[in-house]
Amino acid sequence: MVDFYFNLHPIVQGLLKGLAVILVIFPIGGICSMAERKVSAWIQGRPGPNRAIPFWFAWVPVIGPLLQRLGIFHVMADGGKMLFKEDALPGHVNKFYFVLAPILAMVPALTTVTTVPFGAYVDGAGKVIPLALANVDIGLLAVFAVSSLGVYSIILAGWASNSKYPFLGGVRASAQLISYELSLTLSVVPVFLWINAPGTPGTLSLARAVEFQSGDWQGLTMASWGGVWFIFLMPVAALIFMVSLFAETNRHPFDMAEGEADLVGGFHTEYGAFKWGLFFVAEYAHMLIGSGVFTLLFLGGWNPLPWVPIATLASWLHIAHLPIVVGLLSIAIFLAKVIALIFFFMWVRWTIPRFRYDQIMKLGWQKLLPLAIANLLFYAVAIAVIQK
Amino acid sequence: MTEHPRAVLALFVAVAVAIPLVLLSVAWLWRRFFQPAKPSAEKNAIYECGVEPTGDSWIQFKAHYYLYAILFLIFDVEVLFLLPFAAAFNILSTGALLAMLVFMLLLAEGLVWAWHRGHLEWK
Repeated sequence: MVDFYFNLHPIVQGLLKGLAVILVIFPIGGICSMAERKVSAWIQGRPGPNRAIPFWFAWVPVIGPLLQRLGIFHVMADGGKMLFKEDALPGHVNKFYFVLAPILAMVPALTTVTTVPFGAYVDGAGKVIPLALANVDIGLLAVFAVSSLGVYSIILAGWASNSKYPFLGGVRASAQLISYELSLTLSVVPVFLWINAPGTPGTLSLARAVEFQSGDWQGLTMASWGGVWFIFLMPVAALIFMVSLFAETNRHPFDMAEGEADLVGGFHTEYGAFKWGLFFVAEYAHMLIGSGVFTLLFLGGWNPLPWVPIATLASWLHIAHLPIVVGLLSIAIFLAKVIALIFFFMWVRWTIPRFRYDQIMKLGWQKLLPLAIANLLFYAVAIAVIQK
Repeated sequence: MTEHPRAVLALFVAVAVAIPLVLLSVAWLWRRFFQPAKPSAEKNAIYECGVEPTGDSWIQFKAHYYLYAILFLIFDVEVLFLLPFAAAFNILSTGALLAMLVFMLLLAEGLVWAWHRGHLEWK
């Protein structure tokens, strides 16, 4: 079965992977939107959406009412509505760029997914092979370079809508995105300074960051440090990364791009139907990727606990001789951490009020950026002193 | 998993462009064949919370946004140099480390300068 897959032509393999990504990302976007409504309902003490059910499914005894309570059918109704409702193209928009913007939003979102490793395959010799669609050695750089292209879709959507609210929303959002990108990039540099100790191959690979946190790092000079998660080694960097991530994904309390109270819907005010749906899926895909990168860099990736790598857990459970089971377990652990982070995103949304725009710029440029530079200087000097 | 991970990445960009195109075409075909177009003056109007749109949509906005964009450009180019620095940290000599330290202090100095000039204040 596995051999059959590897014998296929690389292009066919790539297309199969592409299909796999769509089959994962789109339903996750839908389920996240449902989870968002359910979590907000739970936080506010409401039942949330729990009515929709197809009449023929209501006959299924236990599962029917359960899925109804969970609101699963609302997701399907929403998806169907998005595809079939009237796709109005308002008369005043710049048509070419208006259609181009949602496509541009999806491209970086779908491309970055491929560079994020999501699990590990421990072969018979105990060697850990990271699972990723494209296991590139420039992992982190690829993620940042491609995902930051998302800002073009926002500014293009705002401009092409030819309307006041989207335009203001687009300008605001793009200024916010570029402001927080600096802190985001600066906060991860110390992680790689730490990983690239003398005697190791220099790398920016996300999978290597997890390997380091598993403790099995070739040529490790600081054996006692291996296995510790980076969130304990660099809590300030993790905090800066998390806050910047909220701003980069336009989530509360940084959702200046939308800001319903003052800008209606922000850059996608004039959008509807499936074009709006693409923006929506892209936003959740960015959240998913951001949480994934945070998990890989700071939360130990697919390792269950600090100082307990996946290989140790496998030997405890006596499943080390079943590589596929271990692989599935590592994917499950990784996904559990990502889902916990996404829940954290929703939790924050219903806890903290939205910032004012000047507060956002002040936080980005006058608080986070100096903090990120100071953090980098501190770790560069400290790591150089420890290692050399 | 394959021999050329970056080739996979390139292939994936093509797939990522194709997916939204296909989805939008399906939506467009649906609209073309099953939904009669019913445009009206109100439906095509600019959305301004239900009231008549006033004036041109090409409004003036703060020039300050540009200032932030220029500052971002300056800092982002500097930050870009830090990533190769992190990747090559394992083989850097002490002299190179000191040079990078000076570079990072320059980064901080740029921020201090912009701050001092008041460019970071949202007025």
